[in-house]
Amino acid sequence: MAKATREAYGEALKKLAASNPDIVVLDADLSGSTKTSEFKKVSPERFFNVGIAEQNLIGTAAGLSLAGKIPFASSFAMFAAGRAFEIIRNTVAYPALNVKIAATHAGLTVGEDGGSHQAIEDISLMRTIPNMVVINPADSREAEQAVLKAAEYVGPVYIRLGRMAVEDVYTDSYVFEWGKGVLLRDGKDVSIIATGLMVQEALKAHEILKEDGINAKVINIHTIKPIDRDLIIRAAKETKAIVTAEEHSVIGGLGSAVLEVLSDEYPVPLKRVGILDTFGESGKPKDLLQKYRLTADEIVRQVKEVIKF
Amino acid sequence: MKYDELKVIAKSMRKNILTMIYKAKSGHPGGSLSAVEIMVYLYYKEMKIDSPIDENRDRFVLSKGHGAPVLYAVLMEKGFISKDLIPTLRQIDSKLQGHPDMKKLPGVEASTGSLGQGLSIANGMALAFKLDKKPNRVFALLGDGEINEGMIWEAAMLASHYNLDNLTAVLDHNGLQIDGKNEDVMTIEPIDKKFEAFGWHVIKTEGHSFESLEKAFEERKTIKGKPAIIIANTIKGKGCSFMENQAGWHGKAPNEGEFCKAMEEMGDIGDKTEGGGYNG
Repeated sequence: MAKATREAYGEALKKLAASNPDIVVLDADLSGSTKTSEFKKVSPERFFNVGIAEQNLIGTAAGLSLAGKIPFASSFAMFAAGRAFEIIRNTVAYPALNVKIAATHAGLTVGEDGGSHQAIEDISLMRTIPNMVVINPADSREAEQAVLKAAEYVGPVYIRLGRMAVEDVYTDSYVFEWGKGVLLRDGKDVSIIATGLMVQEALKAHEILKEDGINAKVINIHTIKPIDRDLIIRAAKETKAIVTAEEHSVIGGLGSAVLEVLSDEYPVPLKRVGILDTFGESGKPKDLLQKYRLTADEIVRQVKEVIKF
Repeated sequence: MKYDELKVIAKSMRKNILTMIYKAKSGHPGGSLSAVEIMVYLYYKEMKIDSPIDENRDRFVLSKGHGAPVLYAVLMEKGFISKDLIPTLRQIDSKLQGHPDMKKLPGVEASTGSLGQGLSIANGMALAFKLDKKPNRVFALLGDGEINEGMIWEAAMLASHYNLDNLTAVLDHNGLQIDGKNEDVMTIEPIDKKFEAFGWHVIKTEGHSFESLEKAFEERKTIKGKPAIIIANTIKGKGCSFMENQAGWHGKAPNEGEFCKAMEEMGDIGDKTEGGGYNG
């Protein structure tokens, strides 16, 4: 069933409202879109709208955490990670405060709102900050579990969520493991390492490649920081070639993070599927994914390039 | 505590502030010295704070984080941190970072230094205490240059929207910022009317007079249902004749001659001469 990760966030917050009295939720006038409104419905006294003021959103969350609360602060990724970057850096991450930033509407699939609202650099911004955990769930089940786990973890976490409904990658038996990549398909010829909604494209690419006799390993990296170094190194050793795929700039995101690990430990040829150092634009999410080549076909094309080395 | 006793503490703090900055050969003397009496009053008369880890303590956020030496100095007087740390300000491996780091030093309630963020932090604390129906109060010290930051006004709106009457801001209004006078760099006046328009109760006071500060903080206690700001008129570099009202002493350490002169001016700690730090 297709469902947006932000929907799962709203549902997870409702569960947290019931299970943990220390959870508080803040939003910057986007609660209907970010789904924090779900929390407000069941726990209005613990919900704080700060108005259209993302710097204050994060600073207020920091203060709540200093007085013992576990704040989830939400806005669109552009404004949470972008506009409030320095507050996240200095006031939240520098003292490692227990603040969770759940940013929705990340990536091109914001769609019609266009390039001004499509955060394609938030993973890069967040993962460069010491103490920060960065999570980019692939489907709604993973998103819900990531949110619940983030509430248990003590320290700053950035959770990247999407507007568009995404296909299920997992079934109900899935168990999210903090900081661990997930081997979804095994293979010996190449590894496709994907994150977020590109995981479903990676799985499609796996099937297409199979018809061409190429056996691709598929790995979901939901936790981009701290990254699962062991799994990535093992994939590099076993397949000798890697393609990364993400709905994010090819600069600084998952592709860069994987390259950093491989450069340190076990360099192999690698191709990155992502947004090629350009801004997005208005359009239907599906059309944007096609135009900016965030597709299974593009992953297949890059696989065929990378295995030539 | 009597005002005379507070004056002795203020004088000791001034000497420690200057010693810290002199030894570090860097730091911000001007805006540390202007806030001495405010800090003494808060920590000795106003706030409930018997220990820096007591859950029931009132909270203080130094939004103008470059005033770190005045915070360190008051924490030393209170016995929360050791005076042995004085020569370590801004040195490698020191607990006394250039700007306050709560992870390194007990008694620092929030890591600050990047301007404009402390009022939001204080708001968050105040919201949490209200939510839990706890009596803890929250105090934030703001600089008058710092309030150029837009985030301060986001926070100012929030504090009145949520009726944070457990929050009190104090504005260290010394009239100077790095590049010169407030009105030459960025006009903040009429600062009282601005905060009033944002829904705050505004009290004006003389920031080097304990008597005046006491009146202000007592008035604040009578105001329910809204945040309050105490606009304290102060003198940048107060207590050190050649630093007073000089923007150039915002972020500069005294050399040996200047340091000796300043220490001599202030006189011995414990004597009852006015020295620096009191004109009330």
